[in-house]
Amino acid sequence: MVNAAATLDDPRVVLAWEALAGVMDPEVPVLSVVDLGIVRAVRADASGIAIDLTPTYTGCPATAAIRLDVENAIEAAGLGRPRIALVNAPAWTTDWIGPDAREKLRAYGIAPPAGKASELKAALFAEDPVLACPRCGSTDTRLTGRFGSTACKSLHACNACAEPFEHFKCI
Amino acid sequence: MERRAALFEYLLRLGDSCLVLGHRVSEWCGHAPELEEDIALANVALDLTGQADMLLGYAARIEGKGRDADALAFLRDAWDFRNLLLCERANGDFAHTIVRQFLFDAWQAELYAALARSTDAGLAGIAAKGVKEAQYHLRHSGEWVVRLGDGTDESHARAQAALDEFWPFTGEMFETDAVATELIAAGIAPDMTPVEAAWMRTVDDVLAQATLARPKSGWMQTGGSKGRHGEELGHLLATMQFLPRAYPGAKW
Repeated sequence: MVNAAATLDDPRVVLAWEALAGVMDPEVPVLSVVDLGIVRAVRADASGIAIDLTPTYTGCPATAAIRLDVENAIEAAGLGRPRIALVNAPAWTTDWIGPDAREKLRAYGIAPPAGKASELKAALFAEDPVLACPRCGSTDTRLTGRFGSTACKSLHACNACAEPFEHFKCI
Repeated sequence: MERRAALFEYLLRLGDSCLVLGHRVSEWCGHAPELEEDIALANVALDLTGQADMLLGYAARIEGKGRDADALAFLRDAWDFRNLLLCERANGDFAHTIVRQFLFDAWQAELYAALARSTDAGLAGIAAKGVKEAQYHLRHSGEWVVRLGDGTDESHARAQAALDEFWPFTGEMFETDAVATELIAAGIAPDMTPVEAAWMRTVDDVLAQATLARPKSGWMQTGGSKGRHGEELGHLLATMQFLPRAYPGAKW
């Protein structure tokens, strides 16, 4: 929770974070915008609530829908229409998705980001991380496509239980 | 050249290259040789279009004349576009599309990595975000170049033909004119000499694995950054811009 501590004395900020925890990603409905780490700051001042959001991928088509959902949720919490700023820096990383959120992804059938993006080897053809099948747990899995149904996922299959599954790409 | 004007021009070059190549790649949607590749190319196109949106949106704010990213994308004509000529080249066969993408991805990944250290915070922020996408694209296109080059006689011949055809379009990536010189002096844009050296290392590494021969660097095509384009760009724009021009102000 970035910047939360600095303004925690304002109860509106606490209420805003609570409301945001209920705004789900339209493409991955088990994760909230807070789980995803795309809420970068929440501030309260005389003119209301101000929220900094960061997009996951530059072309993510869900960004506009998420922004609208955030505005509606804050308004529904009785905090008025918030001012939203889209910030690019620092660039979003899956390292901001915490252990609880990763478990939610796995339970939903999506393999969570494997490891930490900040520790990934930059080499062009570096070996892919070993993924565990989110259904049977086997690590005998294979990549079937580097790109999936949304910008944030790749396609895989399990050699043990033969089920296909998606992986939340580690970036 | 005045710095603000130079930055606007530079952002157009970056943004237009993303926009035009993104549109080209999107033309494969529904036509790729296999389902996974169809999804991959659509994703790459989406990322490039997203980067174009950010870069052109920033260009419009720097320009300060009330235009936005959509106005720059849809209401300029070919001579106002500043994209690399490589990006507008027709898709050709799959080998042409992949080789074009590989040459571009390797360039963009190095350029964005350098631009992430730009003294201009807006540009640095976009580049730091874009470099992750560019590196991912590079891995995909690089793997395909190896698979095609080191594949069958047919795929090797097609990949080499694409490489020979596109090589003269790579010189443009590293040109340094008055716009770039102004921005390099201010630490906004990077010196292209080390970027080119790093690009060449990546290209040589992948071509060696692909058993493809790097063409000799002789006469190079130029003109994209000055608005001198091939006929193919006009056709692309006719498709891409038709709707907002025929129905001004149309909303989704």
